[in-house]
Amino acid sequence: MDVVIASGPLILRGLLITVEVSVAVLLLGTLIGLAGGLSLLYGAWPLRLIARVYVDSMRGIPQLVLIFAIFYGFPALGLQVSAIVAGILALSVFCGAHVSEVIRGGVGSIPCGQMDAAQGIGLKFVQRLRYVIFPQALGRILPAWVNTAVEVVKASSLVSLVSVVDLMMSIQQIVGRTREALLFYAVAALLYFGINYTISAIGVRLEKRYAHT
Amino acid sequence: MMYQFNWRPVFDSFDLLLKGLLLGIGIAVLALAIGSLLGLVAAFGRSSGPRPIRLLVGGYVEGVRNIPLLLIIYFVYFGLPLIGIRVLDNLWSFVFALAIYSGAYLTEIFRAGIEAVSKGHVEAGKAIGLNRWQRIRFVMIPLMFRIVLPSLGNTFISLFKDTSLASAIAVPELTYGAIRINVNTWRVIEVYLVVGLLYLATCYAIAGGLRLLERRFAMGR
Repeated sequence: MDVVIASGPLILRGLLITVEVSVAVLLLGTLIGLAGGLSLLYGAWPLRLIARVYVDSMRGIPQLVLIFAIFYGFPALGLQVSAIVAGILALSVFCGAHVSEVIRGGVGSIPCGQMDAAQGIGLKFVQRLRYVIFPQALGRILPAWVNTAVEVVKASSLVSLVSVVDLMMSIQQIVGRTREALLFYAVAALLYFGINYTISAIGVRLEKRYAHT
Repeated sequence: MMYQFNWRPVFDSFDLLLKGLLLGIGIAVLALAIGSLLGLVAAFGRSSGPRPIRLLVGGYVEGVRNIPLLLIIYFVYFGLPLIGIRVLDNLWSFVFALAIYSGAYLTEIFRAGIEAVSKGHVEAGKAIGLNRWQRIRFVMIPLMFRIVLPSLGNTFISLFKDTSLASAIAVPELTYGAIRINVNTWRVIEVYLVVGLLYLATCYAIAGGLRLLERRFAMGR
């Protein structure tokens, strides 16, 4: 028990970094996804093509390869990025592709009569999305978005491979020092599980709240 | 600053990448096979086992799906030897970690498949005098496999992408090849472009192959 208490601050710092990375990736990824999804749905064909190529290629490349490519590749191009920024960028690009598809699926499932009707009463494009389409699509977007959030928290552990001291890395360091593998891997598992289970639970509540369709 | 492209070092070690790619596919196939076995047993346990088994399987599925794969890999590779289990080298540690991970997802896929097999088929099996085991073996499993084939294919593609994590414990697959070429030659952009394209092309090739398989075997909706 003493070792756990002694390692507490290090684990806590790691946990904080994991949470920071996940939140940053989700924010950035959702923004990218919003742009990507709307481009897929309503963009002119060159934009739609770019979005399609982006989304489909992100599906076929492992997150780890993206992280390495940005972490080692950006400095080679003369752009200095820290390990944590490289990790956040790479995972956001990945997350953005997933959210694009989530948005496309959710918004695309709203009958086009809704859009036509909104146009008919004179709403502008942004207003149509804001007041007519999104409120209806939210119930369909949220469950999938919550799944993406869980995947992002899990994927955030990959930044430890470019030496960011997140939860995974701090646990590795502690196991290396104390040799208490079982104990600390269990602690890590519980913490990751705790975060993701909470996200899923919030997701279920939100789903119930918005499920009026 | 302009980056000077030089593709030669990458193509000189192309066999390293190719071998890595094949190893990755091999690992994914093995993990899918072991994971499917695990998932199949767990799925039947969850859908028709006694309460303690159902709870156990539920814990396994929810537990594994909510923790990172990397943690499972570290546990198998670094953790097991520290508690006295030294039988697996890095390659097999990874295969088992990936199998345990995929098993949780496959359990859910198979469970949904089992539930989707129509009652009529199972009752027909009963009517022609098959016993419980025969009904599972000759009616449920063949029908279920045809239902879950598309999800199985998607799982295989994710598993292939997840094999990139094996580079964390120095299994010489494709990503590890990229790291090595990068360290030896510093052709960063070239090597990651080539490796990214290799992953992409392989994923789409697998997806195309699966689509053919589905057209042949899958149940029409």
